[in-house]
Amino acid sequence: MQLRTTVNGEDWTLDAAPADVLLDVLRERVGVKSPKIGCERGDCGSCTIIMDGRTVRSCLVLAVEADGHEITTVEGIGYDGLNELQSLMLGNNSFQCGFCAPAIVLAATELLEHNPNPSRHDVQEALAGNLCRCTGYEPIIEAVLSAGGGGAE
Amino acid sequence: MTTTYPFESEATGDELTSVGTPAVRIDGLDKISGAAQFVDDIDFGPGLLHAAVVESPHAYARIVSIDTSEAEAASGVVRVATGADFPYKFGMYMEDRYIFAQDYVRFVGEQVAGVVARSHREAVQAAKLIKVEYEVLRPLLDPKSAVADGADLIHPDLANYTHVPWFFPEADTNIAHWRRVRKGDTERAFAEADYVLEDTYHVPRYAHCAIEPHVTVSKLDHADRLTVWTASQSPHTQRHLFAEALAPLGFTHKDVRVITPYVGGGFGGKAGVSMEIIGAAMATLVKGRPIKLRWTREQEFYNTYQRQGVVAELKVGVMNDGTITAVEHKLYWDAGAYVEYGANVVNAAGLSATGPYRVPNITNDSLCIYTNLPPGGPYRGFGYSEFHFGLESHMDRLAEAIGMDAVAFRRKNAIVEGDELAYGAHMNPSGLHEAIDKTAAAIDWGVEEQSDNPNTVIGKGMALFWKAPAMPPNASSASFLKFNEDGSINITVSGMELGQGYLTVMAQIASEVLAVPVDKIRVETPDTDRNPYEWQTVASHVTWSSGLAVEKAAVEARAKIFDVIHQVYGYEEGSLYLEDEEVKCKTDPSFSKQLRDFVIDGIQTEEGTWRGGPIIASGKFMPEFTNANSDPATGQGGHPNVHYTVGATGVVLEIDKQTGRIWVRKAALAVDAGRAINPDLVKGQITGGLVQGLATVLYEDMRFDEGGKMMNPTFTDYKIPTAFDIPDEIIPIIVEVPQPDGPFGARGVGEHTMIAAAPVIANAVYNALGVRITSMPITQERVAMSYLEQSKFEDKQEE
Repeated sequence: MQLRTTVNGEDWTLDAAPADVLLDVLRERVGVKSPKIGCERGDCGSCTIIMDGRTVRSCLVLAVEADGHEITTVEGIGYDGLNELQSLMLGNNSFQCGFCAPAIVLAATELLEHNPNPSRHDVQEALAGNLCRCTGYEPIIEAVLSAGGGGAE
Repeated sequence: MTTTYPFESEATGDELTSVGTPAVRIDGLDKISGAAQFVDDIDFGPGLLHAAVVESPHAYARIVSIDTSEAEAASGVVRVATGADFPYKFGMYMEDRYIFAQDYVRFVGEQVAGVVARSHREAVQAAKLIKVEYEVLRPLLDPKSAVADGADLIHPDLANYTHVPWFFPEADTNIAHWRRVRKGDTERAFAEADYVLEDTYHVPRYAHCAIEPHVTVSKLDHADRLTVWTASQSPHTQRHLFAEALAPLGFTHKDVRVITPYVGGGFGGKAGVSMEIIGAAMATLVKGRPIKLRWTREQEFYNTYQRQGVVAELKVGVMNDGTITAVEHKLYWDAGAYVEYGANVVNAAGLSATGPYRVPNITNDSLCIYTNLPPGGPYRGFGYSEFHFGLESHMDRLAEAIGMDAVAFRRKNAIVEGDELAYGAHMNPSGLHEAIDKTAAAIDWGVEEQSDNPNTVIGKGMALFWKAPAMPPNASSASFLKFNEDGSINITVSGMELGQGYLTVMAQIASEVLAVPVDKIRVETPDTDRNPYEWQTVASHVTWSSGLAVEKAAVEARAKIFDVIHQVYGYEEGSLYLEDEEVKCKTDPSFSKQLRDFVIDGIQTEEGTWRGGPIIASGKFMPEFTNANSDPATGQGGHPNVHYTVGATGVVLEIDKQTGRIWVRKAALAVDAGRAINPDLVKGQITGGLVQGLATVLYEDMRFDEGGKMMNPTFTDYKIPTAFDIPDEIIPIIVEVPQPDGPFGARGVGEHTMIAAAPVIANAVYNALGVRITSMPITQERVAMSYLEQSKFEDKQEE
């Protein structure tokens, strides 16, 4: 069946089988590679995308469910240059292998949009669905807190 | 007595401009912007095929027959392969594996056959149509029963396996390697000791859990050239093992090319060769089409290397003044079905199982035991995390028994430069005492803390660690360096950027020597056709070894730069120096020449001819002072390790007495980096490694059923830390006692930061509750149950 979706501001019309997973369609048919395949069951969060302003795990979304919706990935967020959060993460050497980084940027972006001055606990909660094996999360949390203005108590 | 090093880094002065600064990672922008390309992100076009494998459901069985006919006829199938297609052995240190199982399967999940199809779905469907008939055998699932008298032999042909000369397999047993170390007279020392403590510690298996699963794309082109794109820590070692294993098909090294883009975490799990050889071999059957093989998360757990389990029997003797006089450490490793890599973990642990202490009498036995569980292999820490659990638990218990403070006891026995090691060589310079003192201070050691909450108690713990790179004595590194027209630099090396910051550190070393800023230096990930040799990115050795190769290339480039200036302007080379991308002269302050003006085009002489040309250089490093030859009966005589990195870990934790829940309130870790080329990256290793280590003791727990099948191969059931599961505060402490032969004094720190995490928790739990737990993991449940048992026991005593 046919689906229409917007990916990083660009309109796409795609043919998708009912069982096609959105993550695979984005990676293989749209060519957006920042959502990663990590576990294919919603545990690791590496496939996170933003759909209509909220993060979703694209490995758990059927492609046809994206019909009529707007998708944003990290390629779209940083297209005109890094945003403030990304710059802070870069400067703080927040990531190591970087495999989880696109997803975590999105999770933190969503948090800051809804809660511009999050506490450490808020940040931990917002990132708790995204696994990172390298960093111990601390340098990521620090960057999100400074993007949010230092952290509310 | 100290080691004489053939090469000493020239620049160890204080006036460093790049080395020692917290530079922003040179791969940072790639990763934060989504530009970073991992293997699975590369487009291979419409010709891409997909592979899937058939796996053994049995831990031990004889393959009676394999029927592939139905799969071969299935929709989309291009080719089916079985062990019959590749009757070739391979292995890193011992050749005991096949690409697909031959007559026997030896663990649940072992690959028996493979299918290549036009889509992933078709490959998976067709794999289900392959019928394998097995004669099921009784598996051996723990190391103690595998070495019991009369145990079945998992590898009856062990005595004929090819292996490195420092392994000592015991024919007609399941012992693939037995590392013995004998020093002094342990028996006599125990007899004369004031106090002897003996106990057994259990450490289970663990999974690396890199977030990127193993993935490989292999292509044999129409000119018979094999290219493999792979998520690997070891591009050259992979090329070597592919070429060797597939040599019967006519491959030579120059026909095999391994390309490794960014890798999404390694931790040892992507070292050596595991599933990648399946893809490489299947590609030889399907010309002109790239084939992708990507492990699922489940396969990632049960069919890559696992961290080996160990049963550690430890006996230590001390005098009343706190002097350790003897250590007897017996390590029974559950090494799994194939030990081609894991046997070297066993070897490394056996050599160093005394920990960072001065011990005059030593009996170490480290046994690599075949079992019918997935193959063991390298995991960050390489055997040291495993034996430190018992050893550092023991140190606390010994100190308490003789009435000594646990930190004072460790200080008294801590190894110092020149002390004789278990195998006769001598300890390198180290800042162990400084690390102990700073860690103890960071957690206010000796100051008792009371919780405001009546249900919780606070405990403190300390533990030390050490580790040497475990590698062949001639493992080497190389680098190429070239200048560009604008004075920027490209460097090629074959170490892998696993996330540790390797590329950035290499750039900082070159930047320091050549006075070119880090952001004008590009260091690329490997392609074995173009990048010079590197053994592997393991053992926490690349900052040191590859760093030396880059330093040497930079020094060579600088000499060439000075030579051109000398030829044209006549200044003595010894009077020239580099600063701010310019050549300057000590004897003529008016002289300066920008690098970009001549590093490609050269310099025109007065008569109009030109001198110089493109500045290119190379460097290599091999530790020429090491050797792995030692007496098999005693381990004496060799110099198997290049140096040790040491440090200390301390925690303050709070425990709920009823539920056993543990909160790590504060964790401090001091590591002697020799020199931190980039302190920010060293701190990254401290934080990340510590959290990974804490996870092995607090959360992670690999479970197998009675048939040897892993029961929790998902992140739902095998818990790794989320952003919530980290200490409230982590205090990273960098100690810098330079390594004489390290680049600018540096030595590696990547693995070390997780080594003491388990015993430090065990010690702090004891400090808080008076409960000594000797089996990992120390989960909430185990703490609660142990405390309950003890309370009942104490109540009974009072009655």
